[in-house]
Amino acid sequence: MAETMTSGMILRRRLVFLAPVALFGVLAGYFVWGLNPDRNPRDLPSVMIDQPVPEFALPPIEGMEGPGLSDADLRTGEVTLVNFFASWCVPCRLEHRYLLELAKDDKVHLYGVNYKNEPAEARAWLAELGNPYGRIGADATGRVGIDWGVYGLPETFIIDRTGRIRYRRVGQIDQVTLDREILPLLRELSK
Amino acid sequence: MRTWLLALALSLAITAPGWAVLPDEILDDPVLEARARALSQDIRCLVCQNENIDSSNADLARDLRILVRERLVAGDSDADVKAFLVVRYGDFVLFNPPMKLETLVLWFGPALIVLLGGGGVIAYYARRRRNPAAGPAPLNADERQRLERLLADTDTDAKVAEPRSR
Amino acid sequence: MIPEIGHFALILALVVALVQGSVPIIGAARGNAQWMAVARPAALLQLALIAIAFLALMWAYVVSDFTVLNVVQNSHTDKPLLYKISGVWGNHEGSMVLWVLILAAFGAAVAVFGGNLPPSLRARVLSVQAWIAIGFLAFSLLTSNPFARVFPAPPNGNDLNPLLQDPGLAFHPPMLYAGYVGFSMAFSFAIAALIEGRVDPAWARWVRPWTLAAWCFLTAGIALGSWWAYYELGWGGWWFWDPVENASFMPWLMGTALLHSAIVVEKRDALKAWTVLLAILTFSLSLIGTFIVRSGLLTSVHAFATDPERGLFILLLLCVAIGGSLILFALRGPALQAGGLFAPVSREGALVLNNLLLVAACGTVFLGTLYPLFLEAATGDKISVGPPFYNKTFVPIMVPLIAAMAAGPFLAWKRADLAGVLGRLKLAFAAAAAAALGAVALEGGPVLAVLAMGLAAWLLVGTLAEWADRIKLFRAPPGESLRRIRTLPHSAHGMTLAHAGLAIAMAGMTAAASWKAESVQTMRPGESVDLAGYTYRLDRVDAVQGPNYTSDMALVTISRGGRQVAQVTPEKRLYPVQQMPTTEAGIHTTGMADLYVVIGDPDDAGGWTVRLFHEPMVPWIWAGVVLMVIGGGVSLSDRRLRIGAPSRRAKAPAGAAAARA
Repeated sequence: MAETMTSGMILRRRLVFLAPVALFGVLAGYFVWGLNPDRNPRDLPSVMIDQPVPEFALPPIEGMEGPGLSDADLRTGEVTLVNFFASWCVPCRLEHRYLLELAKDDKVHLYGVNYKNEPAEARAWLAELGNPYGRIGADATGRVGIDWGVYGLPETFIIDRTGRIRYRRVGQIDQVTLDREILPLLRELSK
Repeated sequence: MRTWLLALALSLAITAPGWAVLPDEILDDPVLEARARALSQDIRCLVCQNENIDSSNADLARDLRILVRERLVAGDSDADVKAFLVVRYGDFVLFNPPMKLETLVLWFGPALIVLLGGGGVIAYYARRRRNPAAGPAPLNADERQRLERLLADTDTDAKVAEPRSR
Repeated sequence: MIPEIGHFALILALVVALVQGSVPIIGAARGNAQWMAVARPAALLQLALIAIAFLALMWAYVVSDFTVLNVVQNSHTDKPLLYKISGVWGNHEGSMVLWVLILAAFGAAVAVFGGNLPPSLRARVLSVQAWIAIGFLAFSLLTSNPFARVFPAPPNGNDLNPLLQDPGLAFHPPMLYAGYVGFSMAFSFAIAALIEGRVDPAWARWVRPWTLAAWCFLTAGIALGSWWAYYELGWGGWWFWDPVENASFMPWLMGTALLHSAIVVEKRDALKAWTVLLAILTFSLSLIGTFIVRSGLLTSVHAFATDPERGLFILLLLCVAIGGSLILFALRGPALQAGGLFAPVSREGALVLNNLLLVAACGTVFLGTLYPLFLEAATGDKISVGPPFYNKTFVPIMVPLIAAMAAGPFLAWKRADLAGVLGRLKLAFAAAAAAALGAVALEGGPVLAVLAMGLAAWLLVGTLAEWADRIKLFRAPPGESLRRIRTLPHSAHGMTLAHAGLAIAMAGMTAAASWKAESVQTMRPGESVDLAGYTYRLDRVDAVQGPNYTSDMALVTISRGGRQVAQVTPEKRLYPVQQMPTTEAGIHTTGMADLYVVIGDPDDAGGWTVRLFHEPMVPWIWAGVVLMVIGGGVSLSDRRLRIGAPSRRAKAPAGAAAARA
């Protein structure tokens, strides 16, 4: 009643039966990777890293003094930070004190883009919380934001001396981000 | 006005409902509008959880819908519009994954599964056919008699005398 | 007090499961009848304890006991009673209790109705069931305790997500879980068979009713979810290939393959190792689905809790259950004797083709769902895989399957005459051509849709032709045909109903996806808009107060050719507690189409954004799926399955009774 099988056939049969569990092992490995608590599945890495800053020219916030913001301002040979913010954005409020701290340093050039905000509300917000930005551009339609690949506020970009985007952070800045990512990168790009 | 709306409504044959397009976004040209709708269904809303911009109520979705229409009116082809978005947001923004080296496994995987599966089945049965000893042994006289008696009881559900086999 | 009782009952259930998972199976290995007999009372006790826990949680919801954290997070005093009850499983913690309740119910059913099973097999099956219960009870108690208290009790709760306050939600999860958990029975039978080292036709006959019941529930559950998504805006229509939707679809595809391959084991004692593998994989996909939905791995509109810690626990469960069972398969599988040979063109051959295509389809959905994860892990790049991918890969695999389905039932075992079979399908071919031509005449295109309608007609008429052939309709006196209808095994009728149902559903899906019409505009009360031959007049919009929401309710009159057809009341609601707006569509079904009206936001000039959709043949989707579930139920009532198998399905969980086929 028994089959006559060569040892090769037996080995092949065993391998075939082992295939499912082997495949599952690979799958489980990917799952473990996916569960990494530092990974946020909703985070989208920027595809504009190492790309030159997109061309744009934004007016200042209506009713505020200032020259507005354009891409030329980001190619002056200095390392710059660009922060997209709005008064209706709650995390922007939370990160604002870190921006104010950053702005105290003379070597830091922090510029802001006011994204889809009523001018009166933006002015009131800045008056209440303080204005850390050297320049502010008002992006009323959000089109400049799209050109930068912005999808959720707040977003902060670091631009190097040649006007290339080198870093993007989505979400509020906190002390950890400042210490581990932003300040070291600023220092390195300023050399 | 009414006839224009009627014409527009009747000319819109689309593949999925747009829950979120607002009347002020709709283009005058029905052909372009149809293209915009079709494109929107393939573009992901980045602030939503897995929705396309045609269906999403989010602000960004609306901005992107308007952007798509502006570019179509400016004369871009469908591929141009998609490329415009991909430059800014990456391949993630498209629901139709592009055919690239890193997505070859994705696109050819299904066909591969069918071929491998089919090949495996054919190979297995071809080998079995060459090794007829692999089947159950033929019945001896005793078993043949039992079989005949059992077959005579067909069409009754009373007994289930299943052969014990490994 | 009562939540504590519930909590304690859950802990006791875990203890009972530990006993049930050890004593009977050791008894089976040693041939000790007394130890094996522990399984039955243990299973019943486990069910009783978990039922107590479930009812305790439900009590907390019904009386709005806000000292229970779970109730605070998901309920509110203003919520209608139905949604207070369904809120029990409308969240992660509560739904896990429902999961283990259904698991215990199936186990108890085997204990009570599995009297004809050999004691050793029954003991092993119940022990394996207990292992699964241990895993999920531990998960619930350690990471997702629904009875956690909160002090001081807040004055009111956070309310259930308004999108979930819907009759569809009341039945969708229980049906779905009955399906997922039902497949655990096939899994347990497979493991028990591997441990025993024996798979035979009797085993296949015992497995079939459980798999069939699970399949019926899962089909109904998926359909309910799809229907709910369809009429509750914001969820992507009736199918969006969302990861969570796919997570339920994969076990369905695999389960369908399992149902069919079990037939070959039963009738021809072949495909044994393959069927055992399918049984393991089907439940594994249920588990993987549970994992995907609750771990925060992927983004989805439907996603539950997004908690990586919980995810890790479920992953551990997965590794033990799936890894363990597949290792057992690798060790014991080769010992299973291969079965009889058959010609490629034969019923077995067709069923092998069925399995090949269904498993390939399942693999395709699997690949599409998880590829973004694989790619991100490998390269860090993120891509999206949506409907365009599945339309290009899944559909081409289904086409040959549907085509073969019409011929399959005609084929004889071992060796069939294909030419003869195709001859008997001449009518089906004519019907296909007629349907395709009709589609061209009515709509013109697209080409794929026309072909799909032809394919659906092919399947429908082919299935009916096979049934007519079996009862010798028109070839024998009507009395003879009637006699044959009565004496034909129920599973034959069931097959006909299920296959026909699929054809009808397929026709509906094709039409709904290809020939939809839509109109969006601003309307003022009194204005009318025409769409697809119907006239829609916005009569008025009233402000209405609901139990826990405020609403703008519109009255829209639909007429055709001057005569009124229907009045619908679409609403735009705001639920103040969660500050969430929802839209309730006004839908009128004509049988051949749905007239779908949605009201949006007002503008400043007294006008309202109104969306009109003409959804052709969507009702056929639901009708077809209902027919499939009925077909499954009819198959279940087959007397032959009652030998060694229960005559009634497992005890239905709360809220699911109305949907039983």
